[in-house]
Amino acid sequence: MNANLKETILNPIFKGNPITVLVLGICSSLAVTVEMKGALVMALSVIIVTGVSSLILSLLRNTIPNRVRIIVQLVVVAMMVILVDQVLKAFAYSIDKQLSVYIGLIITNCIVMGRIEAFALGNKPIPSLLDGLANGVGYGLILIVVAFFRELFGSGTLFGVQVIPNALYEAGYVNNGLVILPPMALILIGVIIWIQRGIQKDLQEK
Amino acid sequence: MEYLSLFVKSIFVDNMIFAYFLGMCSFLAVSKNVKTASGLGLAVIFVLLVTLPINYLLNKYVLQPGALSWMGESFANVDLSFLSFIIFIAVIAAIVQIVEMVVEKFAPSLYASLGIFLPLIAVNCAILGGSLFMQNKDFTSFGESAVYALGSGIGWFLAIVTLAAIREKMAYNNVPPALKGIGITFITVGLMAMAFMTFMGITL
Repeated sequence: MNANLKETILNPIFKGNPITVLVLGICSSLAVTVEMKGALVMALSVIIVTGVSSLILSLLRNTIPNRVRIIVQLVVVAMMVILVDQVLKAFAYSIDKQLSVYIGLIITNCIVMGRIEAFALGNKPIPSLLDGLANGVGYGLILIVVAFFRELFGSGTLFGVQVIPNALYEAGYVNNGLVILPPMALILIGVIIWIQRGIQKDLQEK
Repeated sequence: MEYLSLFVKSIFVDNMIFAYFLGMCSFLAVSKNVKTASGLGLAVIFVLLVTLPINYLLNKYVLQPGALSWMGESFANVDLSFLSFIIFIAVIAAIVQIVEMVVEKFAPSLYASLGIFLPLIAVNCAILGGSLFMQNKDFTSFGESAVYALGSGIGWFLAIVTLAAIREKMAYNNVPPALKGIGITFITVGLMAMAFMTFMGITL
């Protein structure tokens, strides 16, 4: 694997993370981070959709007229999302219900469109596929970190399994109900950005 | 009375930004000053108000299970709901394009102020989200869907204008370097969302 390809894969996961650095795709993501299970399914769906639609549009990049490219992109992405949604409906109906409209909102998730516009339309298919997949992973990573803290402190469980021992509850420990509510998701992302920029000083804004 | 309750609820309780995080990308990117923020907010209200009722009609007469029964007996069992994502997004993209052309032709001054935001709106999650929520909520009348569209649009407008006002003032504050910019914005939005939670449970 040459250095360029490696950079394509590693950059979106840490240094150029789509959520914390590029601030893309916040829209449909925060509401699914109440539980690890939902976050994991959402992350996988986004990885598949970004990867495959980047690949398809990269293959089509020389045949799409520039003026209608947004519509073509939307159609390809919508098709992928429909496929993912139908698979989820067939094999994981309860999770699909729980994620409700947010699976559909992957269509307008800025990561997908952003990567297609910024990368897939100007690069060969294989790097585009990898770029899409890696951006999906970078997005999923943040989703899972946020979901980990929200589920642990909000419900005392991970993947639905109780991890905080009963003895602690008997001693007076109470789950923090605020962590489950929407505002804490925003604040947690803020804190993640804070930590990341504290470590990587070159990302700080002036 | 029902309409009023739905209207107030969709502005404050089910606020697009603070309760569902819809349209976050442009919300964070275009909230640096009040003027552009209110331009985008108005454009969102407008597009929601046009697209959501159209999608309501499409959902009711084309997409729902059994919706095609007006075409005759043999169509009564057709279920096209799996097509809803692609139809909704196509309607939104097309309407945004048409609105852009109409506004450019008949209201050049409005176009000058909204201009750059209109194309952006086609991929704003708040618009598609509104249509998908409409589908989930099973509205019973055309009026309800229009009121819901207006209410959620105004809620979005309020959110982006208030955040822009806060950010304008915050420019003079001494924020820790690592939090500057997007970090502190996230935390601010979180605190605003907490403030909006006080509206929870209000019924009219």
